[in-house]
Amino acid sequence: MLEYARWKYLLVAAVLLLALLFALPNFFGEDPALQVARKDKTSMSSSAAHEIEDFLRQRNIHFARSYTDAGRLMVRFGNVADQLAARDAVNDKYQTTYITALSFAPRTPELLRVLGMRPMPLGLDLRGGLYLLYQVDVNSAVAQALEGYAQDARRALATANITPKDVTPLGAESAVRVVLPAGTDVTAARAALNQPFQGLAISSQAGPAGTVITGTMTPAQVRERQDYAIQQNITTLRNRVNELGVSEPIVQRQGVDRINVQLPGVQNSAEVKDILGRVATLEFRLEDMQNNAMEAAALGRAPLGSKLYTHTRFGRPVLLKREVIATGDQLTNATTGQSQEGPAVNIRLDARAGENMLKTTRQNLNKRMAVVLIEKRRETSEVNGRKVSRDVTDETVINDATIRGVFSNQFEITGLGAGEARDLALLLRSGSLATVIYPIEERAVGPSLGRENIQKGVTALIVGMTGVFLFMAIYYKIFGLVADAVLLANVILLTALLSMMRASLSLPGIAGIILTVGMAVDANVLIYERIREELRKGVSPQAAIRAGFEKALSAITDSNITTLIAGVVLWVLGTGPIKGFAVVLILGIATSMFTALMGSRAVLTLMYGGRRKIARLSI
Amino acid sequence: MEFFSHQTNYPFMATRKVWYTLSALLIVVSLVSFFTRGLNLAIDFTGGVSAEVSFPQATDVDTVRGALVAAGFRDPQVQNFGSSRDIAIRLPPSNQTASEVRQRLDDALKKVNPAVQVVQLDVVGPQVGNELKVSAAWALVFTLAGIFLYIAFRFHTWRLSLGAILAVMHDPILVLGFFSVTQMSFDLAVVAAILAVIGYSLNDTVVVFDRIRERFEGNRRSPPDVVLDQSINQTLSRTIMTKVVTSIVVVALLFLGGPVLKGFSAALLIGIIAGTYSSIYISSAIALDCGLTAEHVFPSVKKAALDHLP
Repeated sequence: MLEYARWKYLLVAAVLLLALLFALPNFFGEDPALQVARKDKTSMSSSAAHEIEDFLRQRNIHFARSYTDAGRLMVRFGNVADQLAARDAVNDKYQTTYITALSFAPRTPELLRVLGMRPMPLGLDLRGGLYLLYQVDVNSAVAQALEGYAQDARRALATANITPKDVTPLGAESAVRVVLPAGTDVTAARAALNQPFQGLAISSQAGPAGTVITGTMTPAQVRERQDYAIQQNITTLRNRVNELGVSEPIVQRQGVDRINVQLPGVQNSAEVKDILGRVATLEFRLEDMQNNAMEAAALGRAPLGSKLYTHTRFGRPVLLKREVIATGDQLTNATTGQSQEGPAVNIRLDARAGENMLKTTRQNLNKRMAVVLIEKRRETSEVNGRKVSRDVTDETVINDATIRGVFSNQFEITGLGAGEARDLALLLRSGSLATVIYPIEERAVGPSLGRENIQKGVTALIVGMTGVFLFMAIYYKIFGLVADAVLLANVILLTALLSMMRASLSLPGIAGIILTVGMAVDANVLIYERIREELRKGVSPQAAIRAGFEKALSAITDSNITTLIAGVVLWVLGTGPIKGFAVVLILGIATSMFTALMGSRAVLTLMYGGRRKIARLSI
Repeated sequence: MEFFSHQTNYPFMATRKVWYTLSALLIVVSLVSFFTRGLNLAIDFTGGVSAEVSFPQATDVDTVRGALVAAGFRDPQVQNFGSSRDIAIRLPPSNQTASEVRQRLDDALKKVNPAVQVVQLDVVGPQVGNELKVSAAWALVFTLAGIFLYIAFRFHTWRLSLGAILAVMHDPILVLGFFSVTQMSFDLAVVAAILAVIGYSLNDTVVVFDRIRERFEGNRRSPPDVVLDQSINQTLSRTIMTKVVTSIVVVALLFLGGPVLKGFSAALLIGIIAGTYSSIYISSAIALDCGLTAEHVFPSVKKAALDHLP
């Protein structure tokens, strides 16, 4: 007699139905699409979307469908020619307001899309694109922090009328060393250093030549500083990547001090790296209120002691005084917040800049102060057929505001829109980016190679699976067909899980899926061979099925655990496609256990269960 | 259909000296080749540049090589692949950043033919390559360590553990040997395949050992070599069946998956064959030679631990 609990049937059915639903979006394929986003990063309104649609119709460019997704407009086309025509037309007409990016949009029906069901995103090896790995110089970030501590220490000691022999930041020990000459009041010096060395581990050592006081950053502080540097760089890179108008870019931290950037569909790496590799700094300066900026702009030169700039946002000229109040490396933080007057950016400077700021604001109340973003980039142009590259410095005013009060190292900039405040904080932080990053790995895959890779992967999958299916059906007859159904369910379940996790699929990932099919057979084979053995012993068919499942369980568990160990190690130590392979391997083990143990048990019990008498099994 | 119409009864244990010799021979060849010839490491590990470029017309590899040398690249490897228009280039690592190398390569190739298309380009800095070598080595160590622990936990006697461990080490050595002898490109995907092989290889051994334990439980008086032979024979059709099916998909990958997966699938195929062989001929034989008896598997009163079905 063979029975299976009703809830287990229900569970199997429910899981398979859900899996089918989630796997479904992968079977519709993709269309070329154009992604249109607003330059100021605010959401696309439906009227603006309609305007673009109408514009495309007017230009006789056919599109299949358009919808807004995450604040951006996606327009799907029947072919690439239409897609390119649309891009050129939109770029021509709306250059100032929108950024366009070529991409692919799934042909998923509206209903599934609204429910949040999407196909697996494809890795760069399958869709073509550029992969860059940047190294962040985290040590220089720590060195900067130490330099800041050293400066603060010198200042504090000077205020306390103590003249140190030497104050040095020690990079290797992540410490600042203060050497006091013999005869100094050490207690007073320690008291003076309490404030600048706040949070550091302070130790002092008396020697014949004097006393050495050392403030050491704790490992946690060092790590925090490094994380800050990396986070800052990631923010900057994201910001710049968005500028490139790439659809679905990925910028993420890798390991301790690396950032990987993945740009699907991008081919021209030189241009991209120019934009990403820009070094930016900031300057806070007073506005020149005596002279008229408009006049200066018309003349094309600035009066003595001033310099002419352009405001990024409004395009109007701004005259700034030459003296710099504070620079980007003195900016310790810039965050968005709320003030009584709406969104604001809170700024923190280090002690030295704070002092300067205090002096300046005291003398210049109600005058205007501006923030200048200075970006260095490399520009390549063709002169007489030869490529010439030169370094270009772009200096623009990103914000100017009236000084409303006296402040030192902490203040806020108000009178901004919410989006503006976020952007300004981002720009300020990116302008304070003093840690150097450089590319250490670069991989580019052409789009045709990507298509070829997909084709090969899918062909291998189909051929491999067909081979296995035929073989199982021949070898185990009806039971083989059951195993085939279970294998198919396994692939669907795996696809559904990967789609739900939004894990991007690469070629090794496809290899992992194919391999899982091979592996999943193992569980079925273990069970069926057991059933055959039981039948040979002369056990009744139903009892044989039952015994087969029971006795094969420990072997199935064991054999899967061993593969799981290898999968987990790969997942922990691997990166990129190898991690993708590991994810597929691990999930594949889970799905194949489920389908082989529960799925095939349910099917076989349905077929041979109950009290019916069965003469023989087709196995 | 069945591979064996009725229960087989091959005397695996009696012939074990032959298999030991064969394995020892293969391992010696693998190790000698590994230490003398080494592996043909891909740029994943060495750092450097690997590019695939496509010219509109057939282009002489020597012209391309000349242009690269003229641009200051040290010993470039230039080969045709696929057709006479498609060329693969490999350059040794340098101190320059990825972007500088890319720029120089682009310029040099454009001089040969301005319409050249770079189909694929990988630039790996030397430090990345070195780190990968280290992390690949760690991956192998961790996997082996994890499996050692698992075996120690699963089989309470060191005799079985030793057999399993030696069988598990046997297989990756042969895969490494294969890659060293053939000088096939050894990349990161091959390391992934070797780790998977370690997992699969043990899987067969565990299934056989599972059966050995079961047989000992019922026949505590039977001589160990007979029990081991019975266990292997009883699991033989499963072992072969599973491996044939897995091989079907791996062969499909090998021939249809394209050049990216060639090394990966070759490593898997060799590993699966080696793993099947070692779990049949090596692991149990070593346990037997270590003096395995029923007493080791069931030290005290036997206890039937029945697993619960999920």
